[in-house]
Amino acid sequence: MNVNQSIPPVPPFGQPQPVYPGYHQSSYSGQSGSTAPAIPYGAYNGPVPGYQQTLPQGISRAPPSSGAPPASTAQAACGQVAYGQFGQGDVQNGPSSTVQMQRLPGSQPFGSPLAPVGSQPAVLQPYGPPPTSAQVTAQLAGMQISGAVAPAPPSSGLGYGPPTSLASASGSFPNSGLYGSYPQGQASPVSQAQGHPRIQTPQRSAPSQASSFTPPASGGPRLPSMTGPLLPGQGFGGPSVSQPNHVSSPPPQALPPGTQITGPLGPPPPMHSPQQPGYQPQQNGSFGSTRGPQPNYGSPYPAAPTFGSQPGPPQPLPPKRLDPDAIPSPQLNELPPQQKTRHRIDPDAIPSPIQVIEDDRNNRGTEPFVTGVRGQVPPLVTTNFLVKDQGNASPRYIRCTSYNIPCTSDMAKQAQVPLAAVIKPLARLPPDEASPYVVDHGESGPLRCNRCKAYMCPFMQFIEGGRRFQCCFCSCINDVPPQYFQHLDHTGKRVDAYDRPELSLGSYEFLATVDYCKNNKFPSPPAFIFMIDVSYNAIRTGLVRLLCEELKSLLDFLPREGGAEESAIRVGFVTYNKVLHFYNVKSSLAQPQMMVVSDVADMFVPLLDGFLVNVNESRAVITSLLDQIPEMFADTRETETVFVPVIQAGMEALKAAECAGKLFLFHTSLPIAEAPGKLKNRDDRKLINTDKEKTLFQPQTGAYQTLAKECVAQGCCIDLFLFPNQYVDVATLSVVPQLTGGSVYKYACFQVENDQERFLSDLRRDVQKVVGFDAVMRVRTSTGIRAVDFFGAFYMSNTTDVELAGLDGDKTVTVEFKHDDRLNEESGALLQCALLYTSCAGQRRLRIHNLALNCCTQLADLYRNCETDTLINYMAKFAYRGVLNSPVKAVRDTLITQCAQILACYRKNCASPSSAGQLILPECMKLLPVYLNCVLKSDVLQPGAEVTTDDRAYVRQLVTSMDVAETNVFFYPRLLPLTKSPIESTTEPPAVRASEERLSNGDMYLLENGLNLFLWVGASVQQGVVQSLFSVSSFSQITSGLSVLPVLDNPLSKKVRGLIDSLRAQRSRYMKLIVVKQEDKLEMLFKHFLVEDKSLSGGASYVDFLCHMHKEIRQLLS
Amino acid sequence: MATYLEFIQQNEEQDGVRFSWNVWPSSRLEATRMVVPLACLLTPLKERPDLPPVQYEPVLCSRPTCKAVLNPLCQVDYRTKLWACNFCFQRNQFPPAYGGISEVNQPAELMPQFSTIEYMIQRGAQSPLIFLYVVDTCLEEDDLQALKESLQMSLSLLPPDALVGLITFGRMVQVHELSCEGISKSYVFRGTKDLTAKQIQDMLGLTKPAMPMQQARPAQPQEHPFVSSRFLQPVHKIDMNLTDLLGELQRDPWPVTQGKRPLRSTGVALSIAVGLLEGTFPNTGARIMLFTGGPPTQGPGMVVGDELKIPIRSWHDIEKDNARFMKKATKHYEMLASRTAANGHCIDIYACALDQTGLLEMKCCANLTGGYMVMGDSFNTSLFKQTFQRIFTKDFNGDFRMAFGATLDVKTSRELKIAGAIGPCVSLNVKGPCVSENELGVGGTSQWKICGLDPTSTLGIYFEVVNQHNAPIPQGGRGAIQFVTHYQHSSTQRRIRVTTIARNWADAQTQLRHIEAAFDQEAAAVLMARLGVFRAESEEGPDVLRWLDRQLIRLCQKFGQYNKEDSASFRLSDSFSLYPQFMFHLRRSPFLQVFNNSPDESSYYRHHFARQDLTQSLIMIQPILYSYSFHGPPEPVLLDSSSILADRILLMDTFFQIVIYLGETIAQWRKAGYQDMPEYENFKHLLQAPLDDAQEILQARFPMPRYINTEHGGSQARFLLSKVNPSQTHNNLYAWGQETGAPILTDDVSLQVFMDHLKKLAVSSAC
Repeated sequence: MNVNQSIPPVPPFGQPQPVYPGYHQSSYSGQSGSTAPAIPYGAYNGPVPGYQQTLPQGISRAPPSSGAPPASTAQAACGQVAYGQFGQGDVQNGPSSTVQMQRLPGSQPFGSPLAPVGSQPAVLQPYGPPPTSAQVTAQLAGMQISGAVAPAPPSSGLGYGPPTSLASASGSFPNSGLYGSYPQGQASPVSQAQGHPRIQTPQRSAPSQASSFTPPASGGPRLPSMTGPLLPGQGFGGPSVSQPNHVSSPPPQALPPGTQITGPLGPPPPMHSPQQPGYQPQQNGSFGSTRGPQPNYGSPYPAAPTFGSQPGPPQPLPPKRLDPDAIPSPQLNELPPQQKTRHRIDPDAIPSPIQVIEDDRNNRGTEPFVTGVRGQVPPLVTTNFLVKDQGNASPRYIRCTSYNIPCTSDMAKQAQVPLAAVIKPLARLPPDEASPYVVDHGESGPLRCNRCKAYMCPFMQFIEGGRRFQCCFCSCINDVPPQYFQHLDHTGKRVDAYDRPELSLGSYEFLATVDYCKNNKFPSPPAFIFMIDVSYNAIRTGLVRLLCEELKSLLDFLPREGGAEESAIRVGFVTYNKVLHFYNVKSSLAQPQMMVVSDVADMFVPLLDGFLVNVNESRAVITSLLDQIPEMFADTRETETVFVPVIQAGMEALKAAECAGKLFLFHTSLPIAEAPGKLKNRDDRKLINTDKEKTLFQPQTGAYQTLAKECVAQGCCIDLFLFPNQYVDVATLSVVPQLTGGSVYKYACFQVENDQERFLSDLRRDVQKVVGFDAVMRVRTSTGIRAVDFFGAFYMSNTTDVELAGLDGDKTVTVEFKHDDRLNEESGALLQCALLYTSCAGQRRLRIHNLALNCCTQLADLYRNCETDTLINYMAKFAYRGVLNSPVKAVRDTLITQCAQILACYRKNCASPSSAGQLILPECMKLLPVYLNCVLKSDVLQPGAEVTTDDRAYVRQLVTSMDVAETNVFFYPRLLPLTKSPIESTTEPPAVRASEERLSNGDMYLLENGLNLFLWVGASVQQGVVQSLFSVSSFSQITSGLSVLPVLDNPLSKKVRGLIDSLRAQRSRYMKLIVVKQEDKLEMLFKHFLVEDKSLSGGASYVDFLCHMHKEIRQLLS
Repeated sequence: MATYLEFIQQNEEQDGVRFSWNVWPSSRLEATRMVVPLACLLTPLKERPDLPPVQYEPVLCSRPTCKAVLNPLCQVDYRTKLWACNFCFQRNQFPPAYGGISEVNQPAELMPQFSTIEYMIQRGAQSPLIFLYVVDTCLEEDDLQALKESLQMSLSLLPPDALVGLITFGRMVQVHELSCEGISKSYVFRGTKDLTAKQIQDMLGLTKPAMPMQQARPAQPQEHPFVSSRFLQPVHKIDMNLTDLLGELQRDPWPVTQGKRPLRSTGVALSIAVGLLEGTFPNTGARIMLFTGGPPTQGPGMVVGDELKIPIRSWHDIEKDNARFMKKATKHYEMLASRTAANGHCIDIYACALDQTGLLEMKCCANLTGGYMVMGDSFNTSLFKQTFQRIFTKDFNGDFRMAFGATLDVKTSRELKIAGAIGPCVSLNVKGPCVSENELGVGGTSQWKICGLDPTSTLGIYFEVVNQHNAPIPQGGRGAIQFVTHYQHSSTQRRIRVTTIARNWADAQTQLRHIEAAFDQEAAAVLMARLGVFRAESEEGPDVLRWLDRQLIRLCQKFGQYNKEDSASFRLSDSFSLYPQFMFHLRRSPFLQVFNNSPDESSYYRHHFARQDLTQSLIMIQPILYSYSFHGPPEPVLLDSSSILADRILLMDTFFQIVIYLGETIAQWRKAGYQDMPEYENFKHLLQAPLDDAQEILQARFPMPRYINTEHGGSQARFLLSKVNPSQTHNNLYAWGQETGAPILTDDVSLQVFMDHLKKLAVSSAC
């Protein structure tokens, strides 16, 4: 919309950009229209290339910009002022336009300079690089406001100064200003320079706004800020790499750095600044009066929606802009209008997740990741890379929020960056990576430190010629047992180090001795018990018949260990409604025996022998049983079910058989039959947004927790498959699976025809996946930090041991660390995660993962080594647990505050001084706001009207054990255009940002978030495409809500279906496809996942949130 | 009717009744002085091949409190078609159907030879017999196998339309559903939890809401809901199923660790069986047949814990009040028994184990419901197998010798009142004018329920003469008693058997001789023994013995001929002559002596003593001893150690055991193999004779006795030695000189000593 809005102004300036004049759009326009625009944005879009080129020029550029600076400062000032005003992005636009007017001239001048700039783009690039280094990235500096500092202007100009620059910028870098809002802005300037005077125009428009704001002169300050960050970035060699990443956002930064560097650079900043202003304004606006009324976001969002509608808003804007012309002073008055316009921020100018992901993929996806170096930040989870274990655990097992830990707790507190590790002890590895070696230390068991009990690992220091070793965790000196003795080489390393996995690898396994077993007895092989609801609902939907049929073949695929011929796992069967039916399927029987237990109040297992059997031995009986179950209950009228007794029964059965195991529970309804754990329907939407909302997430009775404890003690893990027609109280039912390390699957309104594929696929995967049982996980750390909090699906009876009745390759535990002493920069910090578990063949083992992290005394080092995806994983889990105890609103506020603190700390301590009006984000965290916004607007924290209480509880518990890759895509769905790339290309098409703006009605898109999969069809998709994909002749004939694509023999159909299959293969749960037609009812559902847009439930758009975040930061800083 | 003996015998044959006194003292005071109460042994269903039931219903006295049945003793006015009740003297009109009666056209019930008559009732729904097997699975493999075979065999003996059900138990209790195809289905219950009948029915899905009426039969007028058919099915429908099911029965699979007893939930199993029938077929003839191979070790009704190191309670423990579980368990089973009785079902207990199985606690289940109690060492013995088979023997009509749900109603003429009954019955608490306040046995009622009975089931019924001394009964007056037994015949018909008897009154002061001569010492001995045993259940053993002794002494004082203080002059008339001897053996019997018997054995013996007829009871009190020798045909000999001679073969029948004992010489001969030599064929025959006789007894008796074949010096000879009168012991062996016979190593007094003391006390004026 900005675009549109801007458009009007554009004309005045340059038409080319007109469309986007607004801001980035200019860039857009550029993109669309000519390459030039691309550049500005290039930062985002094609940032990388841009950078490279720019580098050299960047410098040159700087100067030009510098020229502008002064102006920018002025603008900046305005920007600040604007704040309030800006709040109304629109206003800004308006103003900007006005400004533009003013600037026009200026810009033009630039324009000319820019023209020369042709080179500029290059310049931008140069900047780009620096910024990257800067990690600074976030230059959204829009907020020059505070930054008012005059000197800043120049720099700010670079950075974001743009906003500030707006005013000033208008003069020199109006263009840049526009883009500047983001680093890109800087880039943009270039572009503008390049010949987009027009662009500039838009910028100017911005500036105009800026002007209104700029007055504050913050613009100036911003510039500096920009630079600040940039500098650091530059400092890092890494930056280059990172830069690419940054690129998107960085570009602007890049500029800033440049700016910082030299006075001249300053000027460019102004360019940026203008852009920034753009932001600022919005932000301001939001903060300003406007926001007041609505939640901070509220206002912005509303605007956001308009975004989508773009057309509308833009128009109004223009006029505003006009008004803005009045600019300077009008600000205040205009504020309201500004607000309207504030959206002007160019979405392309703000950090783009897609860009970051693409960059990382390109830069790090090719080389294997070698784990030998301490404190290395691994590639993003979205990148395919190979891991070579050279002493640290693969990131597939452990990922940390930061790979550089502050040495002191003071620092840590200051930064507010949570120190957490996301551990997936049994993670599945790609086929080309070897699973951990198994080490057998014989009867004496694994070698451990006598004091802290840490296991032998590569970091243990051998001394005294190898006769002793010093524990790397607690420094205790231990004797090396004679049978383990080995000489050291001249470097003090054991000569056999490379022969022993525990001395050379980050991850390995020990065979446990009998001391590590329950009751000092080696465990028996685990068992699977299938517990099937046979009440009326289950029968009616065809579930029971389907399931029984499937089980017959599925039982051949129980998990096996290594090359075992047949699985050691025994199976048992139970059906139930309000009573339980156990089955004796002993191989010697001619027919199965059914044993009914009606005494649900006092559950027990009626048989021992013949309940748990070897599949092959009892196959005939089992088959006969599975044939009969659907028949036996075909006429059932029983609608009531029980729940707790069912689990109790399974657990008792395992107890009686003295083994661990897993219960597969297939359940359909709220357990209302008279029995322990009986539930009431307590669903009450009225509680939403009240202090009592948390009760919806809490279990109804304590019976479930008590039961879960017993299950854990027995090593009984529960996987729950729910098939509800209505409220089943997932919050309560999922307690046991949750605490026992199990999974919950939910198939609302299950119908065999529609959901069969999905259910069976999940079931197959769930049954076949490798599981560890009866596990205990302990995380040991170097002295100085300590694991203090744990998130995930498990139970803890003390504060250190994570007890997992069952643990599979999908389950993740997030561990938070806190300081309890100083860390040493030299020795770094070590983590050792030890998991004691029973394998599916009944072998008791210890899996050890080691990870060494760096420690720092400079906050900058911390910010440079963070991983946003992991951070989000932690924060989401933290928040999702928080809703159990606090009102959702409080949880959201906590998240926002923490995020603001993190960023403010960075701004204060790491970014070089700059205008307070600039939003400066650390390179590694530039996506934090967008991702955090996604968390905040997730169904759990901000439910829409169509989201049921059960859905929320379901999602809540799902997220609790998600790994980083899953949370990443869950919160920020992937949106893949289908027809953009040539049909022949076999790779996945590059994703686009999750915003309606990005959808072209002539295209089709796949959207997936790990749980859902949509195929969105634009209204004007070519008929040929429709025909070849859906086998119908026109768009209107496509069945909305279709879940299966017809199998057609043409390249497009094959490709799309292939893509769908490959997406499904990447996720741990089967994603059911839903075909959504543009403008169809179902589209609402789809739009829910366009997370950069404002959501119907009141979730902020990305842009609005960013503004809000900026405001928060500024508040903290002031 | 030459002698009283014949009279008595004839009465027994015709009516199944034997009175202690056949002439009744006419006043309360005198009656009490007779010592032995006026009482009778009644065998309600005594087999009467010559008595086909009449096909109509009895005519009842119209007085609501009387309702006596028209009988030969009634005064009938054929002209006015009126009859006078001989109990309440109410005059009643004959029903219309009797319009044609006259002196020459009398209905059967008026003919004197029909003092006992059986009516067959046509109305009412006939419900099939029900057999519910409750089977312990905590058995040794071969025991279980044998039991399974016995049960499978029994299916072929049941009438095809009888309903059968199966409950198995061990650590858990399983109620098997019998109508399933392709899968065998059972309901399982925890063995440790007592459930109310309601809960059980809920859990079995027998209650209405749980199982809405099947469409198949929308509104069954039948009383019993057909849902129960899941657990109780007609034999002919499911005998294949059930046979397979039984065949697949496995030993209780729960592991029993060393030093533990298997966990056996007998109490809950029974409770569920009772609850099941209670909910589905109340007041219908049904047998719950409990087969158990050991003591209940958990849950309600547990008798002993599962720790083997703690032995099951002995009499010693009980006396020391050291049997922790006994009271609670007894209470549990009593509660079950009374519920069962209230529903008209009966419980059989077949307990086969080497150790005790808790019969002491469970006895009431069989005792109160008229069920059988069988005790053996193993299910794999012929004792059990044949006994079990014998339950299903049929009478001359091809009907089972069992009847169900009987009520015995006793009516007396007004000089008499009913004091109580002892036998396999429970009181129905029907008070009435003829119920005495003094109770003997189960009293306070004129009606009893006997849930299961067979042709030999015998009750002791005790009366009290209430006629006051100053209200003499007119000369020739007769006292009358009527026994009315309603029951369900094994052919499922309802029947009523009515026995009406009358006896003369006599003034004891003037006609003591008459009374004395009409004394039935056998019946009296058994009736007194029943009283004693009844007391022994609740009193200390020695007290009971003292009471018995006192009664005996008083009887001797009353009826003996003697000079005061001269014991040598003491004589008893013929009709009393055997009585002291019976008492002597009774005192030594396992019914009153618990020494050397486990509590279970005592309960078992007492159970049978309380239900067998007179002949069997007498055998139990005083075993029969036959002697076989070359000197002549087999002859009964004194149950005395002097009968144990070297050249004799002895056959002793104690009811519970059949002992064949070879004298010392005979044993040596047999050892030398003479029986195999053709020239000593007579020896072979001699050896064979007692075997044949024993076989005959074994064939007829229920329960089958333990068969013991032993010889002089054999360890099992103790069975014989403990029974015979120890006339020669190690104490007096020399005093008795060279007499033959075997000395018994005991300190028990011999009959001689006993008699000496008795005489001395009888003639002494001290008491």
